[in-house]
Amino acid sequence: MKTLVSSLLLAAGLAAPLSAQKNIELLNVSYDPTREVYVEFNAAFARHWKAKTGDTVTVKQSHGGSSRQARSVIDGLPADVVTLALAADIDALHTNGNYLPADWQKRLPRNSAPYTSTLAFLVRKGNPKGIKDWPDLIRSGVSVITPNPKTSGVARWNYLAAWGYALEASGGDQTKAHDFVTALYKNVPVLDSGARGSSTTFAERGIGDVLINWENELLLTKKLRPDDFEIIVPSVSILAEPTVAWVDKVVARKKTAEVAKAYLEYLYTPEGQEIFAKHFYRPHLPEVLAKYESQYPKLRLFTIDEVFGGWTKATKDHFADGATFDRIYVK
Amino acid sequence: MNAPSLVLPTPPPNLRPSKRTRVLPGFGLTLGFALLYLSLIILLPLAATFVKTAGLTWAQFWDTVTSTRVLASYRVTFGISLLAALFNVPMGVILAWVLVRYEFPGRKVVDALVDLPFALPTAVAGIALTAIYAKTGWFGQFLEPMGIKVAYAPAGIWVALTFIGLPFVVRTVQPILEELEPEIEEAASSLGATRLQTILRVVLPGLYPAIITGFALAFARAVGEYGSVVFISGNMPLRTEITPLLIITKLEQYDYAGATALAVVMLLVSFALLLGIQFVQRRFARGNRA
Repeated sequence: MKTLVSSLLLAAGLAAPLSAQKNIELLNVSYDPTREVYVEFNAAFARHWKAKTGDTVTVKQSHGGSSRQARSVIDGLPADVVTLALAADIDALHTNGNYLPADWQKRLPRNSAPYTSTLAFLVRKGNPKGIKDWPDLIRSGVSVITPNPKTSGVARWNYLAAWGYALEASGGDQTKAHDFVTALYKNVPVLDSGARGSSTTFAERGIGDVLINWENELLLTKKLRPDDFEIIVPSVSILAEPTVAWVDKVVARKKTAEVAKAYLEYLYTPEGQEIFAKHFYRPHLPEVLAKYESQYPKLRLFTIDEVFGGWTKATKDHFADGATFDRIYVK
Repeated sequence: MNAPSLVLPTPPPNLRPSKRTRVLPGFGLTLGFALLYLSLIILLPLAATFVKTAGLTWAQFWDTVTSTRVLASYRVTFGISLLAALFNVPMGVILAWVLVRYEFPGRKVVDALVDLPFALPTAVAGIALTAIYAKTGWFGQFLEPMGIKVAYAPAGIWVALTFIGLPFVVRTVQPILEELEPEIEEAASSLGATRLQTILRVVLPGLYPAIITGFALAFARAVGEYGSVVFISGNMPLRTEITPLLIITKLEQYDYAGATALAVVMLLVSFALLLGIQFVQRRFARGNRA
């Protein structure tokens, strides 16, 4: 017994100096549509990190509804980095358990949004209902598929995009915007709980005339099934900025702060931006954007900050219990 | 050959129990274990929901659990669960009857099929049922032109809740039916009872306690069901929104206290209903013995 213990101790003692090249494991907690893009990005980052430091880094991925993912982290899922659909979900990590500082969004360039996207429409081949822009969605007889903003990140973007459009069209009249969005949701026959559910309802179940979804998801659907659908780009939409952050509380415990930061910073490099562009996200870097420009339709984009005063305010005004979304259904 | 003796052999004195013994040790120990186990597995998590709710004042709690949407969701959840469980009672009894009383090829397969809703992840059930009943689906394409909307309508919720509740009725009634000997029915009919009278006066009374238990289980299961319903119901506020969905909705907004407030109401209502059903069942059981 003694020899076993001492040999184990010896082995541990010997092993330590040998493993100068470390094996690091990161956990990236993300939302649904980023599954494929991060598989590619993680491999690229692992190569980059190996070349730079000699360490082997493995990045594990976890995907799900954006706010459900944030809740898992709050409840103890040890995420080194979070890459979520909206800043509000990362804000929740600050307010529930102080996992990161309040000003997390200022720690990385461009409000911690390394890639952007927008919302557009998917219609059936030939566009039988002649849908061109937002006002067509409130015509009677047009059925619109969008998930439930209470449970889905993209649904909140959809809702705010419609609101922002109506606000602009009416010259800033909040009542008219409210009426417009109310009319739109009267045309929604099914409120799925998430973005993928809505895509299934529209594409597989054949429900609805138009689906509002992430531009990157639509481009992907279009690529996979070019004969069934057409993408319609509205005149104006919201600039969706999915945000990323490292989770201070977790990286401090796991001693992974350095590599977690490097991982997120790598998203902003030409290599990282290119991978996201290949998966139909809009890159920031002008040279990468120029290369892929043809795949992104031209439309005017407004930001949540300029129209809604940021996520915290938008959430309070529109999605809290009893706020405008609830009032569409309950007067 | 010896004629069978009519005198029962008396057990030798050393084997006769001097006092009533049981195979498991002492009442105190087993009850203690039972209570500890129940506390850890059931009471503790339930207590946690009550504690989380304590973040609300009484007024906030009352507002949360009685808002218009929440009230509508109670009607959908409890109402449709009740309808589904009521429908499962005759269907489940007939199914159990067929399985117990008849020999037919494939009986074992049917018997195994009954358990499938137990094993199947309910989300899969929801997706499959939606695929069948949506307007492009196998049934939906015929039903919708007739004006019968199942998927994304209250009827869809009913279909899902009927599906997941069925095995509860079958599996509680089946063993009782197996013990009910066919000779009793033969005796009834030889004494001049019609078939209906035999069913109503002889067969069913023996089954009532099991039927009520099966009903209660199917009902309770349906009330808590989430996975299958969210896919088929369409989740429209006031119309097809179930209470468990509203709980999830509140969690998505990081409103833990509000979510547990709804959970507490569901727990209390379900517990009261189950307790009431137990009373009814006791009455029936006593009525039978008398």
